Amino acid sequence: MKPTVNFTSPRFYVPALFLGALALLPVYAMLAHQPFYVTLFSRIMIFALAALGLNFILGYGGLVSFGHALYLGVGAYAVGILSFHGITNGWLHLVAALVVGILLAALIGVVVLRTSGMTFIMITLAFAQMGYFFVVSLKSYGGDDGLTIDNRSTFGLFDLASNTVLYYVILAFLAAVFFLFGSLVESRFGMVLRGVKSNERRMLALGFPTFRYKLVGYIISAQVCVIAGFLLANLTKFASPSYMVWQVSGDLIVMAVLGGMGTLFGPVVGAVVYLVVEEFLSSLTPGWFPKVEEVLNKHWLALMGIFVIAMVLGFRKGFYGYLVERELKKEAGRAQP
Amino acid sequence: MNALLSIEKLVKRFGGLTATDRVDFTVAPGEVHAIIGPNGAGKTTLISQLAGELHPDEGSIHFDGRDISRLGVPARSLLGLGRSYQISQIFRDFSALQNVMLAVQAHTGHSFSFFKPALKEAALIAPAEAALRQVGLANRMHVPAAAMAHGEHRQLELAMTLATNPKLLLLDEPMAGMSQAESEEMVQLLKGLKGKYGVVLVEHDMDAVFALADRVSVLVYGRVVATGTPEEIRNNPEVREAYLGDQEESV
Repeated sequence: MKPTVNFTSPRFYVPALFLGALALLPVYAMLAHQPFYVTLFSRIMIFALAALGLNFILGYGGLVSFGHALYLGVGAYAVGILSFHGITNGWLHLVAALVVGILLAALIGVVVLRTSGMTFIMITLAFAQMGYFFVVSLKSYGGDDGLTIDNRSTFGLFDLASNTVLYYVILAFLAAVFFLFGSLVESRFGMVLRGVKSNERRMLALGFPTFRYKLVGYIISAQVCVIAGFLLANLTKFASPSYMVWQVSGDLIVMAVLGGMGTLFGPVVGAVVYLVVEEFLSSLTPGWFPKVEEVLNKHWLALMGIFVIAMVLGFRKGFYGYLVERELKKEAGRAQP
Repeated sequence: MNALLSIEKLVKRFGGLTATDRVDFTVAPGEVHAIIGPNGAGKTTLISQLAGELHPDEGSIHFDGRDISRLGVPARSLLGLGRSYQISQIFRDFSALQNVMLAVQAHTGHSFSFFKPALKEAALIAPAEAALRQVGLANRMHVPAAAMAHGEHRQLELAMTLATNPKLLLLDEPMAGMSQAESEEMVQLLKGLKGKYGVVLVEHDMDAVFALADRVSVLVYGRVVATGTPEEIRNNPEVREAYLGDQEESV
């Protein structure tokens, strides 16, 4: 039997290093007098969480949802709209967000999961766009301009007013979902989902009514994004239609791919790398010739594009996916007589 | 007659083409009923209608005393129809054992279990190992399916089908693409299964068909032109002309 924890495996040390570093970051930010890092990494972890959620259906189920930003919006607007009406209780925010999220995901899932391939991508996008235009049309809740949230959610014993508390709540959600998915993908349910990704025709022939498993997988995946949206609204004290634009859905896919689709921790690595590089490039002041600097500042998105292309070509399975695959190959080599 | 499977007047059309043309067909419990016929005769179309991937336009399919004509693929599998594919349909990312464990899992309750690690479930491992041993993959259990040879994929394909505890096997060219030696092994393996399962065997390899089948039906342009024992089929002049003769010439 293999030992339960293998310290030399990237599947142990990469998550341990990342989560450990994230846990210590507020301390560093305090010592370095850079409180900005706490909010920056709060945002990064929220997207890491959303990418983790998307990856459950994308990486393990093989379903390329191009509309998961919709569920970020559900979470954010649950906080925004309830706060607007004077309800600041975080438990209520979460419950409302998840109830709406589950109903919406079930409804949308029943439709989109009847399609596959390119149709699936387009129809998930279409639903997300419908959600986007719906919140834009909510004039009493700010419409286009979004909805300012006066105070962060309160949870009775504690509230999220402090950036540091909010930071650790986000980290706790991230870690919890990571461990939850860790057992989920190894369970019977997870095996069915992975089987569907690998060969759905065979899954049907074996006797699995695959539709209902895909639907539940889609709903679970969406709820992680709902929670991410709840946290995002708390971080920014703002619920905005901009959380639901299709580019956000695309960013989440890029994060999952960059870190390693269908790996447990890849989306977190992808989100951290993607957003840190974005932050770095968008505020680049190398102090070279002023002209060069001006061009760089204006066109940093082009640099970002080059970076993503280079990384995807260099690490086809993603950064973390590359390490995991290398380890699996070694293991497979040992298994073969 | 108390048939395990009985098809009556089955018709399947694709546009103007009648791929299955009023086919009557039965399989008794424990019987191996082979379907032979030239390329394009509609053999795989027929198998797909039995498995439920295609739905017939007319006629009925009764299995184990039930009309299953309208049932979907998973439901038929759960009733005991086990299909193996002409082109191996395996889970390439999984090991051989995991492939077969998934087959076992499909037939041991629902899979809405979210926390218990499936790969450690003894109830899945033991039957999966047994099926792999049965097909001769005992020492290849932990090899990733993607790394296995073509012949081994065929064996794995059969192991997965057997692991679903079928009453009737639908074997679509189990020897497809195998070497002579591998084919002979597979024939031995299938001989060992005789009597335990009803079998619908589609196969091009005539030696295999005549070695395994209790009855043979000849399908030409979607129609059954003859049914009989291997001996009768071999001596049927019509069949010799329509099909066997062709083959001898081409050999």
